[in-house]
Amino acid sequence: MNRSIVISSGFHILLVIITAMSLPFLSKELIDLPPIVSVELIQITDKTNVPFAPKAKKIIEKVKKKEKEKLVSEQAPPKKVKKEKPDAVPLPDKKIEKVEKIENKKQNPEKIDNKVKQVSEFEEKELFDPNNIAALIDKSKEETAESTNKLDKVTQDQDKNLDVVGLSLSEEDALKAQIFGCWSIPLGLPYSENLLVRIKLQLKPDGSVIKSEILDHARMNKPGQKFYKVLAESALRAIKLCSPLRVPTTGYERWKDLQLNFDAREMLEG
Amino acid sequence: MKNIHILILLILIPIKAFALIEVDITRGNLSPLPVAVSSLSIDKISKKNFEKLLKKKNIGSEISIIVENNLKQTGLFNPLNKDAFLQKPNIAHLKPRFEDWALIKAQALITGKVSLVNEKLRVEFRLWDILAGKEIMALAFTTVPTNWRRVGHIITDKVYERLTGEKGYFDTRIIYVAEEGPKTNRVKKLAIMDQDGFNTKYLTLGNELVLTPRFNPTNQMVTYLSYFRNLPRVYLLDIETGIQEVVGDFPGMTFAPRFSPDGKKIIMSFAMDGNSEIYTMDLENRVVEKITNHPSIDTSPSYSPDGKYICFNSDRSGYQQIYVMKSNGTNVKRISFGKGLYGTPVWSPRGDLIAFTKLHKGKFYIGVMRTDGTGERLLTENFYQEAPSWSPNGRVLVFYRETKTNSNGEGFSAKLWSIDLTGYNERQVKTETDASDPSWSSLLSN
Repeated sequence: MNRSIVISSGFHILLVIITAMSLPFLSKELIDLPPIVSVELIQITDKTNVPFAPKAKKIIEKVKKKEKEKLVSEQAPPKKVKKEKPDAVPLPDKKIEKVEKIENKKQNPEKIDNKVKQVSEFEEKELFDPNNIAALIDKSKEETAESTNKLDKVTQDQDKNLDVVGLSLSEEDALKAQIFGCWSIPLGLPYSENLLVRIKLQLKPDGSVIKSEILDHARMNKPGQKFYKVLAESALRAIKLCSPLRVPTTGYERWKDLQLNFDAREMLEG
Repeated sequence: MKNIHILILLILIPIKAFALIEVDITRGNLSPLPVAVSSLSIDKISKKNFEKLLKKKNIGSEISIIVENNLKQTGLFNPLNKDAFLQKPNIAHLKPRFEDWALIKAQALITGKVSLVNEKLRVEFRLWDILAGKEIMALAFTTVPTNWRRVGHIITDKVYERLTGEKGYFDTRIIYVAEEGPKTNRVKKLAIMDQDGFNTKYLTLGNELVLTPRFNPTNQMVTYLSYFRNLPRVYLLDIETGIQEVVGDFPGMTFAPRFSPDGKKIIMSFAMDGNSEIYTMDLENRVVEKITNHPSIDTSPSYSPDGKYICFNSDRSGYQQIYVMKSNGTNVKRISFGKGLYGTPVWSPRGDLIAFTKLHKGKFYIGVMRTDGTGERLLTENFYQEAPSWSPNGRVLVFYRETKTNSNGEGFSAKLWSIDLTGYNERQVKTETDASDPSWSSLLSN
């Protein structure tokens, strides 16, 4: 009896210690992931959230089906595929929706234009060339292969996790633009130092800040790092000044915890 | 074994929960930080006493004006108009209503209190972070009343350091050559003043031509070039006692002197038979050492702050360029390779940059480059300007600029100017007379 209590409490304590000690490291790793692909892309559909036109939906489903059926060849498609008939297609709103959906599946932001053309063509003709699609899929897969590999599972099964990840481009831009205006960068900072301050925020649904926490807090009081304290304080001021932050009106769960990386290097060196 | 599995699981679970959204903020505004400098509060009795002592109506507001002007001059701060302040100085100093100050868009607030204690001036001040709603610094100084301007400068230094992360440069002095009279018959005197142009004192009478004064590290001695009895020689002057002496016994012209960073040596040029070389003289034992040995003209030496290297200019490549060598004269390396002529190199007190004057296509530039010669940046261009000298924190340069004489021989002037490393914040430095050859002291306090 006693023994099991000891073991049990031993493990509990160990757990607490491990949780307390290791979490920051682990979270750091995550934070350092290359953000490029996952952040920008996936969410657009989600955010825009416009229902698909029935016709478009059908086509998309068809495409999906084909996609599943076809075995994807590993070879890159000829380049002309994406360049054909650039001016032929008008871009009414409905079509854009479709595009986003497809794009979403393929995780390739740069392709938007091409896909627009493709899809609309299909629509016009009410049929499509599976080879072309396959080629397109191929192409995008090839191009994103590298980045996809680096991403965590979230991107792999995006369909389910879309709503948990990131802000859309426009949402991010709105937030950035707001904070750019609020942040007075201290101009006396030394160049060529590590001038990155990461601040974790806890937000209310209206965007006001409940809690702000500097992630490398220990660095604030290190000797020779005075400038870091100055920088961190300026970042905190910016957040205060900007509060309530311009956050999306929906999806509070997604962004109730938010990390802002204040990086002065670009401004001071440039 | 099972336990380990469970452990690993438990460690991994929270990772998911930490999948935070990150937003990179890579830009901000570079507009100066809005600061409110409240007048220092003062009680009635002290006020009367100070009025008698210093002939100043309200010493509290006078000191706050010094702080305000200093901050403004940096270009990094924007002191707000006092008319907009809602809280009285004495109340603000105890506990500011942060909402009121936030309302006028202040991000930092300086408050203070002046009093006369035992015939001494006692100043306490506080720095508040308005947005965080807290005090971030509080200090008190006691000094003789006549030192009140210095108190203003020291407060600025402390505030500047707290808000920018680098040392200030306000409690400093500038020594320069004061010039008066027509261009053909200029009277030149050594003058010393506070960094903001006040408290000017003249150190020489103007009987002989003086040039290129430089402070020693403790700011008590000055070395300069004087044409006493028409013999151009490097002299040493004790500012407090006024005692002057010739440096070294050279059979010719010595010029372009500077102290070594430890203040024990003077480095200078000595010219004879059309050649000029760099020499040092130890001030304790008067031992003279020849540093360069080259048939070309080597001059304008300046030590690196660690004393290990010397930068100087030389025309050994055919044109005047900047070179760096070890302090014993070995390992000479040319570092300037741009078009034009480079001169008057000065090593930054921070050690990272060398400031210089450049002449290219008839225009004079003040610029900086890294100590290996890369990253050359020209900060300002003009008809004639030269002799940059660093502020003690290595952020600002003071230099002098002359204007053209018109066809009637009028319009000539020489003034001191300052510019910071961004190249945007260029300001004229106030002097009583025309001025040239400035040299910035190190911080007088601490």
